[in-house]
Amino acid sequence: MALQNFYRPFMGLLVETSCRLHQRTFSVSAVAAAIQKMTRVRVVDNSPLGNTPYHRPPKVIHVYTKNGVGKVGDTVLLAIKGQKKKALIVGHKMPGDRMTPRFDSNNVVLIEDNGNPTGTRIKVPISSKLRKMEGDHSKVLAIASSFV
Amino acid sequence: MAACVKKLDKCIFNLRLLRNLQLQNERYLSTSVLRLSAGTNDKFVPPSKPVIVDKTQTTASLRKFLSPEFVPPRQRTNPLKFFMERKDMIQRRKVIQIPEFYVGSILAVTTADSTANGKSSRFVGICVQRGGKGLGATFILRNIIDNQGVEICYELYSPLIQAVEVLKLEKRLDDNLMYLRDALPEYSTVDPDMKPLPISHSGEVPVNEIKVKMRPKPWSKRWERPKFDIKGINFELALTPEKMERAQKWAEPWNEFDMLREYDTSELEEKIFKEVQQEMNK
Repeated sequence: MALQNFYRPFMGLLVETSCRLHQRTFSVSAVAAAIQKMTRVRVVDNSPLGNTPYHRPPKVIHVYTKNGVGKVGDTVLLAIKGQKKKALIVGHKMPGDRMTPRFDSNNVVLIEDNGNPTGTRIKVPISSKLRKMEGDHSKVLAIASSFV
Repeated sequence: MAACVKKLDKCIFNLRLLRNLQLQNERYLSTSVLRLSAGTNDKFVPPSKPVIVDKTQTTASLRKFLSPEFVPPRQRTNPLKFFMERKDMIQRRKVIQIPEFYVGSILAVTTADSTANGKSSRFVGICVQRGGKGLGATFILRNIIDNQGVEICYELYSPLIQAVEVLKLEKRLDDNLMYLRDALPEYSTVDPDMKPLPISHSGEVPVNEIKVKMRPKPWSKRWERPKFDIKGINFELALTPEKMERAQKWAEPWNEFDMLREYDTSELEEKIFKEVQQEMNK
């Protein structure tokens, strides 16, 4: 514990300097605002599948809508850690209707094929629009910590 | 017979009331007489009234302020359309108190939400952008909740909005703070339980001259370009002087001499301000 405390200022210094030197030497395209095929997403529940580090970020490989663009409440198929997994979109970067939140990342919650969430807790606020929607999201809503 | 009894009851009740009144009167008189008799030597000095100033209360601002959405954009649309919209906006403003605020102020907005408990939800955030003219005017609030950046675009005249509250009234160096998306998270984090800070109703609105530290480079937009003309970013930390110089390649210094781009609204604003004042006082 003491050692950790001792290292903290140095860690801060490290982060600071690396920020200045632009630690990323390879180029990364901006995160897509709309959720479509090949969009990288962020898993926001506490399931072990979504939270263990892996060298490849989870990507959308199919969107279960007619136009191929996923919005809040739509289901997508993810390629995550080399396997296929369904997920529910709970927030996206693309601005939606007025008075609905726009998030800084594309957030999804992993669900089983029958619609039950894989994790037991959602760490970030999720869109309040999900509560008004038709369809059975009650199990996902039950594990949410806050709504926006 | 029954009616007679009822009337009698009423009569007796009235009499009783009268007697009570008399008693009260008597007591009042007697106490005052007593006080007078006791305090003949020293004059009665009434205690000074306590002045209670509720600083959180939104009183009318003393400075002249016209909300920017009242000024119509420069175009060939029939001015009648904007006149009608102004009427509707004033109607709405008579129902709900929409305070004076600027980009950079911290606001709290309460909206109707049929699914939330209490049927309303409150969002606190820093105003990042104001847009739109007329009834469709919007503003965007930004906050970071549980390390998740959230922005909500509100329509100022939407009937879903129940209250707009200014928690901190200030301006920033820029008219658009969209670069907060690419800044470090501490610059857009606002405590959701923040108490409203006292607002001065006279004098100039304070300008917060903070320079924001940015995250490393791929930004959503190239904020260093002259077309954004941003003063609120600390570019020295993020970019080398050579890069800053390169960005000046996109400068269009001739635009300031283009007389067709000028849109002087001061006269128009004066006129609309008078009109709004008249209508609001009606």
